[in-house]
Amino acid sequence: MAKVNEGLYYSETHEWVRMVDGYALVGITDYAQHALGNIVYVDMPDVDDEVSADEEFGAVESVKAASDLISPVTGTVTETNEALENTPGLLNTDPYGAWIVKVRLAEDGLPGNLMDAAAYADFCANL
Amino acid sequence: MEETLRQTCLHDSHIALGAQMSPFGGFDMPIQYGSIIDEHNAVRQRCGMFDVSHMGEIVISGPQAGEFTGYIFSNDVRDMPDGKILYGMMLYPDGGVVDDLLVYKLSDMKWLFVVNASNIEKDFIWIQRHASGFDVKVDNFSDFYGEIALQGPDSEKTAREVLGLELKDLAFYTFMQTELDADGSIGRGEPLIVSRTGYTGEDGFEFYGSFAQIRYIWDRLLAAGVTPCGLGCRDTLRFEVGLPLYGHELSEKISPVEAGLGVFVKTDRPDFIGRDAIVRQKAEGTARRIVGIEMADKAIPRAGYPVEADGEQIGEVTTGYNSISTGKSVCMAMVRKEYSAPGTEVSVRIRKKTFPGTVCKKRFYDKNYRK
Repeated sequence: MAKVNEGLYYSETHEWVRMVDGYALVGITDYAQHALGNIVYVDMPDVDDEVSADEEFGAVESVKAASDLISPVTGTVTETNEALENTPGLLNTDPYGAWIVKVRLAEDGLPGNLMDAAAYADFCANL
Repeated sequence: MEETLRQTCLHDSHIALGAQMSPFGGFDMPIQYGSIIDEHNAVRQRCGMFDVSHMGEIVISGPQAGEFTGYIFSNDVRDMPDGKILYGMMLYPDGGVVDDLLVYKLSDMKWLFVVNASNIEKDFIWIQRHASGFDVKVDNFSDFYGEIALQGPDSEKTAREVLGLELKDLAFYTFMQTELDADGSIGRGEPLIVSRTGYTGEDGFEFYGSFAQIRYIWDRLLAAGVTPCGLGCRDTLRFEVGLPLYGHELSEKISPVEAGLGVFVKTDRPDFIGRDAIVRQKAEGTARRIVGIEMADKAIPRAGYPVEADGEQIGEVTTGYNSISTGKSVCMAMVRKEYSAPGTEVSVRIRKKTFPGTVCKKRFYDKNYRK
């Protein structure tokens, strides 16, 4: 059973959003890391890149395959998690701690259709 | 069109072990039990075992079995002693590959072809079609054989301690026939074939037997703590040592010469299928070749990604990984001959960007065979 964390927003493509000081941290869920298996590379956007909700902004690569990262939010990347460059496996060991990008949200950049923890847990249970 | 997936004789064990299952070659096969990286490292460092019961077994028998094998198989079987194994291909007349396979010589009158799961039906039809002019019988026994590959430096010791099989004198690419009874007794019961072969670049053995025997061997090895390994690491292991996978580095459109495997087509002998095309390719060279590429960065080149140089596409990745044993992102790729020399600078398009790489030998990790 995949873990969910309270207080985060979740997308149907298994990314999470944590709001911290007005910025959005974005990562992938425990369900996602489990389905992917050992993650060996994270293709992250550059700082100042624009990201748009429901659009690809990078990729996570397991041993076997690359999977697109789909942004749950709209805004501008202000930081990427440099720890993932040398230790991409953090996404496996600490999926809700290892954020991938920090985004300064555009106006209405946090879509209203993201799920809360309970809804996302239900969503995963029915996959 | 949904085809019913077939199950190997070890399917129940894979489910019980919680394996992640996926279709491969028409079978529901384990991709990984836990972590591909852990399974890969178990084989490189100790040993691991694979269910390879999906592989096909086709037996050619009869007075002209040897002659027919020489006609349909690329390697030279004329001086093969009983108990010897050769790797090679079955070729189309244009030099394309029907399949790559192992040929086991049981006797002058009986030869075993071990073929890829995805090609069993195609191979069987191809063999039957060409057998009509020979005094041979062709039997597809794929549904009756199970197969386990025990791979890694500790394989010989494990076979001795766990199965009571002494294999130290079994040479590389040879096999022995023994018997294994339901109670584990060696030397009586149903026949079992054990060969010193594999697809990982490590020392190891492959066991061919009845479903009951294969389940017995699997369960004993599992109980002794041997790591069950899925097809995920089977691919990363074979890739690192430059072994081809049919459909990627060999295919009906990729000849052995293009794949750098021309040595397995012995052209200094009379007629066999594909001979003229390969003689020509060896004499004239081919317009493209499979090479290795080592990437400067960690971005991972995957099968199908374009290889570029001088502002245009000059090839395509056939298999690529972040190599588990070396940590480098590397691939095998089919490129135009002008760009095939080691040291040539190329780039691979990975999603929206291109990443630099250097052509190298298509072996990223040294084989560790015990010959």
